This record gives sequence, structure tokens and C-alpha cells, in this order.
Amino acid sequence: MRKFILKRLFYSIIIFFFVMLIIYALMRCLPTSYIESLARQRSMQPGSKSYEEWMAQLTSMYNMDKGILLGYFSWLKDFFRGNFGDSWYYTVPVVQKFHETIWLSFWMGLISMFFELVIAIPLGIVAATKQYSRTDYTISVLALAGISLPTFFFASLLKLFFSVKMGWFDLFGLVGRNYEQLSSWGQFLDKANHLVLPILTLVVISIGSLMRYTRTNMLEVLNADYIRTARAKGLDEKKVIYHHAFRNTLIPLVTIIGGSLPSLFSGALITETLFSIPGIGYTSYHAMVAGDIPFSMFYLAFLAILTLLGNLIADILYAVVDPRVRLS
Amino acid sequence: MSDKTNLNGRLHEAPAPESNETSQYSLNDDRRVKVLSPGAMVTKRFLRNRIAVVGLAILTFMFLFSFVGGLITPYAEDQQFYRVEYQNKEYAGVVRNEEFRFAAADGQKFDSVLQAQTLLAIQKNTPKFTYRNERYMLSREGEDFYRVAQGPNTLGIAYKDIVSSSVEGQAIPYKLQFEILKAYTNGDASFSLDGEDYAIDEDGGVFLGGEEVAFISRYVVQPVQNDVFLSRAFQEELVTELEDGADSFIFTDIDGEEHSYSVKYRPDLKRWTVMQATETRIYDTYAAPSRAHWLGTDRNGMDMLTRLMYGGRVSLIIGFIVEIIATVLGIILGGLAGYFGKWVDNLIMRIVDIFYCIPSMPIIIILGAAMDALRVDPQIRMLYLMLILGFLGWPSMARLIRGQILSLREQEFMTATEACGIRVSRRIFRHLVPNVIPQIIVSVTMGIGGTILTEATLSFLGLGVKFPFASWGNIINDVNNTFVLTTYWFIWIPAGLLLLLTVLAFNLVGDGLRDAFDPKMKR
Repeated sequence: MRKFILKRLFYSIIIFFFVMLIIYALMRCLPTSYIESLARQRSMQPGSKSYEEWMAQLTSMYNMDKGILLGYFSWLKDFFRGNFGDSWYYTVPVVQKFHETIWLSFWMGLISMFFELVIAIPLGIVAATKQYSRTDYTISVLALAGISLPTFFFASLLKLFFSVKMGWFDLFGLVGRNYEQLSSWGQFLDKANHLVLPILTLVVISIGSLMRYTRTNMLEVLNADYIRTARAKGLDEKKVIYHHAFRNTLIPLVTIIGGSLPSLFSGALITETLFSIPGIGYTSYHAMVAGDIPFSMFYLAFLAILTLLGNLIADILYAVVDPRVRLS
Repeated sequence: MSDKTNLNGRLHEAPAPESNETSQYSLNDDRRVKVLSPGAMVTKRFLRNRIAVVGLAILTFMFLFSFVGGLITPYAEDQQFYRVEYQNKEYAGVVRNEEFRFAAADGQKFDSVLQAQTLLAIQKNTPKFTYRNERYMLSREGEDFYRVAQGPNTLGIAYKDIVSSSVEGQAIPYKLQFEILKAYTNGDASFSLDGEDYAIDEDGGVFLGGEEVAFISRYVVQPVQNDVFLSRAFQEELVTELEDGADSFIFTDIDGEEHSYSVKYRPDLKRWTVMQATETRIYDTYAAPSRAHWLGTDRNGMDMLTRLMYGGRVSLIIGFIVEIIATVLGIILGGLAGYFGKWVDNLIMRIVDIFYCIPSMPIIIILGAAMDALRVDPQIRMLYLMLILGFLGWPSMARLIRGQILSLREQEFMTATEACGIRVSRRIFRHLVPNVIPQIIVSVTMGIGGTILTEATLSFLGLGVKFPFASWGNIINDVNNTFVLTTYWFIWIPAGLLLLLTVLAFNLVGDGLRDAFDPKMKR
């Protein structure tokens, strides 16, 4: 087991190296308008060096003067030393901005994941046990509709009905207008109120695939021989489904859920941007659009690590949960 | 097992129409069974799936809507519409003169202090007044018309009725003004000056030999802009309307053109303001649905329905091209990996792993922003977008094909191809890949839906398809404007529904195809 984990870890590091190389090369090819404008700005100051000199100094400061490969290695060195640089767009250290925003995204992700699980798994199981019934068709079509729903359209619909027509929630932002005057409990409620629509959006958008996944797996299990055996020996149908079948369905489910745990930190880029929730997704969206290379590089590296970590956890969990895998 | 049930089912159905003849066939006679090709079987199974057929119907509609609709619609993709808007602009001001005005006689001094003294004398109604030891005579020449004289010299006049010239750009000499005022205030219809006879009609027009030279009126009509000359006829008609208390009137000028004016009276200034309605042509933005524009017009004054049709074209084409790129790359690399195995497989699969790990959405957003910065032409940008999406999409296809081929290549027919000495490329792409086509079709169908969604999201963020091209995503983009979100449903709801329906239909059809290709999956 340990050997397996170590091997996977080694693979992950290799993959990370190449992924970041590709991303770094891509970033280097982008127009670096930030450095140019900064150099222009500084050369304007009285008694300052010329634009060219500033340009040369700044490019070497940001490791932009080296070739792509050398520049990549110096970036990698900085990255593993924990030196992530300052964000160009937010003009604070990348880690500080990151720390300010990540927890909001995490809580949002965690809450929506909780609702997803609570809704999707039971519905998926019901659909599978009542295959070809009206319930099954309804659930399947709804799941597909959830997958097909464009996030921005659904968010706009929610805004129209709940914010504009009902007036229950604000259209944008995390805090209301009189946030500063509220007590700490009131501030908490205010934030919670502003998070309702984003979380609803996240849940509806991502619930479909989990529902389908549960249904497919449950169907597979229900067709297995041991279920037929269980039925043949006259077990109660409830017991067959919730004791024998459900436990086996859990194997792939736990794997996929465990694998998606790291992605709770990755933030919801589109949803956060739509609702102007200052989480990591919204923050990095603006940094990326503004061409903020240090922040974007950090965010992309972070996402790559999360993906790799997710795969790793899924692999390990698969072995842990299913004893049959461990044997082979 | 499923084959058996199918066969049994068909055995029950088939004999019905020709019951006499079938009874003669022996049990294992082929003619007893209607034989269907695999394609026909798949079609039949697909058509039996009601939900998938609904999806297919939606897709057919979408294709007709976007590809045929664009030809039928009378408007072009970026044709802008105008509407004529009437704006009321201040045109003239009218004041009924209630104060004395003064005019100096030719070559005389009649300054403002003297004017004030005159006014006092008029109010006191005294024919004589003294100012700075000088004596002045005030004589009443008519109603609200006085003459001020010092000894024999006439200094000037005080009057309320205003004489203006009927001829553009010509001033009225003092003498004529005096005579007109005198005649008008006394109610005389004619007077003579310098041997010429003038006539005054009841409207205050002054005629010299049948030609109007001036007119006199208690109202002062002044244009707001200095370069506008208000004709006598206009002023006269305006004053008549004002006295009737009308708040709007229509004036037909010499050229026979009709102009409409509205009049507003401001009691605090005792002034009428005349507004002229002027036509302005502006873009017909956010017009509500009408007979000409079934879904209204968008923010640029373009027909919404037409935009939707062209937008559908763009979205569908992008979906297809991206999937074609991804599939071709996926088939080649997946086929190679699966067939050769060993280090080739290892290399390709590690590349796939790397691509899987690249956060695609952020990368596309960064590239989109970079293209914004470089001001890439919208058409070329669309091409880049397809290439990027396609290039980021191939790994899943490669993984799918590789997995299938890995198991297929161990089967006997592959040993047979090897024994026949068929070329390797032929073995992969003519014998292995066709066996994976069902999975490819299913994956492509669902992939197109996903791609359309990605493209729409990017266009919504303003980083995908750009104006002047329409795409369902950039049509909905307008909803970022909160006013549009709350007021103009027809701008974004139809586009959103089309998008949702199309992606849903692709997914439904993909699902149906999967079940039809592989009945074992659907037990």
C-alpha cells in the first residue's frame, strides 16, 4: 500500500512539473502590459531612469528576461520555497490575498456539497430501484437538465425571481449596505443571506452528475449476482436495497466524493463571479482578466495540485474502501 | 439474454400479417424471422426511447431554426433598426407685453433716467413733469401710447404695442413706427407718411400698396435661436392660438410642410414657451416584441429573433468543429496508445494525465483576456477559440478509445488481421476504431452539448465569441446590466431557453444512443 502511494505521489509530482511548464510557457507568451505600464509610470517620475532601463530592471525582477525554461526553473524554485511574489492587480502578497478569500469559497463549497449529497444520493437510488417508472424518468430528465443548465442563465433566473420579484436577496455581493451597523450575529445572518442564491446555483448545477452517477452504479449493483441471491433467499426488499445494494454502491461514491474533496478549495469561478462573491474564484477571475501573472500562476498551480490530490485520494480510497482491490 | 427476448418478441409479432404462409415454414427457417441489420436494430431501439426521440425532435428544430431560419428571416445578422423619436425642443418664447417700452426720436437723447421719469408721470397721469430744472411735456397719443417732448422737440415715445418688420432683416424707422403706433392705438385703419398711404388691418398688419411691410402686436414673439426668423403668419397664428388658450397647434408653412408645436404657459414668468417637436432617428434599442420583431430588438437595435438564429448557427458550428478536432486527435492518439501499448501507451497516457490536470476554464479565460488585449479580429478569434477548446478536449476521447482498444486487440479477429498481413495503420483505423464507433458517437453527442455550454459561458463573460457575431452566450451577456435583467425579459430568456434545450437535447440523444447501441447497459 505504501509503495503504491509513493509511486502515485511520484507520478503526481512529475505531472505537476509538466503541467506547470505548459502553463508557465503560456503565461510568458502573453502580452505583459503590466510591466510596460509600470515601467512607463516610473520613467515619468522626475529624475528617473529611462523607460528602457526600467523595463530591463523590471523584466529581470520578474524573471522575464531569461528563456522560458530557465525562467520556469527560477519560478519553480521560488514556488517551493514558498515565495509566491506580489499580486500585480491587488498589490498585496499573493498568499495574503489568497488567505483572505479561500475560506469563503471553502465554506460555500462545503455547504453546497452537503446539500448535493443529501439530495442526489437518495434520488439516484430511488430512480435506480424504480427503473422505468415515472419517478425514474422524471429524476433522470431533471438530472440531465441540471447538467445542461447554463450557470449564468440559471443564476440570472434566480436573481430575477428571488431578488427582483420577491426582493428576498440582494443581486450582488457578500454583504448588505448596512453591514457595518449590524451586530456580529446580524453580520453572520447578512452574509448567510447573501450566500443563499450562490449556493442554490452551485447545488442545482452540480447535482445532476452525482445523481446520474449514483443511479448508474446502483443499477449495476442491483444486477449483480449477490443481489439476486439475496432476493432468492427471501430477504426483505428493503433489506436487499439498503443493506446489500446500497453498501456496494457506496464504494464508487465514496471514491468520487473523496476525490472531489480537494476541489472544495478551488472555488466556483463562474458562480462567484456572477454573484460578486469575493471568494477565490471571483478574485482570481479578476486577476486573470487583468493579466496578473503572479496571482494567476499561483492559482493555476494551486488548482493543479488540488486535481492531483483529488486523484490521489480517489485512488487510495478506492483501495481502502473496496477490499477486493486490495487483494489484487 | 436480451437477444433471446428480442427474438421471442419478434416471433410473436412477425406471423400476424401473413399467417397462412408462415405456418408452412419449418421452425428454424430464416424466413420466419425478420432480419434486421445492426443499424436498423439500433434505430429501432432508439426510436422506442420516447425521451430520446423528444431530444432528437428538439435538435431537429434547433438545426432548422439556426440554419434554415437564418435564410428565411428578412433581416441580416447585424442589421440595425431605427426608430423615429420626437423630441420637444424649445423653439420660441411669447410674452404679452405689459410694460412700457421706450424709443428715442431720430437724433434725440432719451436716456433711462428720463424714461423712468416718464413712467412716473404716466402713472401719476400728469401732462407735465420737471427733472433737473428741465420741463418736459407728456402727451397721450393713443391707448398706452405717449409722446415725450421738450419744448417743440419730440424726445421719444413710450408704448406697449410692438411694431416689427414683416421683411426679414429690415428695421422699422422711427417715423414709421410712430405713425403705425398712433394709427393703431387710435383704431385708425390707415395713415399716410411721406406721401405714401399705409393701411392697417384688424390683426395689426401694416400694408403699403397691398404689400405687408410691418405688423403691430401686444405680444412679443422671440425665437430661442437667433438664426431663426419667425414669419408674420406664424406669429399671428401663434398669438391667436394663445389667446384661445390652446396648448398645441399645427402650423403649415409656405412650403406646405406641417409642423406641430406645443405651448406651455409659465405663470410665474408670464411667458409662453413654444416647443417644436423635432424628429430624431435613433437606434431602436430594446424594442418590445412586435409584429415586425417577434422577440424585440437588442441593445444595438438588431432583431432578436434573427440574432438568435445566427447565434444558434455559431454555437452549433463551434460545438461540432471543436468535437471534430477533439475526436480526430483522440482517435489517433488513443488508437496508437491502445494498439502499441508499452512505452507508447505510457507516454501518451502521461500526456493525457497532464492535459487532465490543466485547469481548462482558467486557461481559456486567460487566453480570452490576452486576445482582448491584442485586439484579435472577432472572426479569427472564433477560430482560435475552436482550436483551443478542441485541443483541450481530446484527452478524454483518447482515454475512452484506448481503453476499448486495449481489450479489443486481444480478440481473435485481430489475430486474423495480423495473419492476413494487413498494415498496422489499417489494422488500427479500419478494424479496431470502427468497433469503438458506438462509444465515440455517444461521447461526441454529449461532448457537443458540453462544448456549447463552455462556449456560451465564455461568450457570456465576454471572452468568447465577440460582437458583431452573435452567439447565444453573448446575447445573454446583456443581463449583466441589471436594468435589462429586470425589465427586458425578451433579451435574455429566449436565448437561455434555447441554450438549455439544445444542450439538454444533445444529452438526451446521447443517452438514448448509448442505450440503443448497448442494450445490456439498460437492463
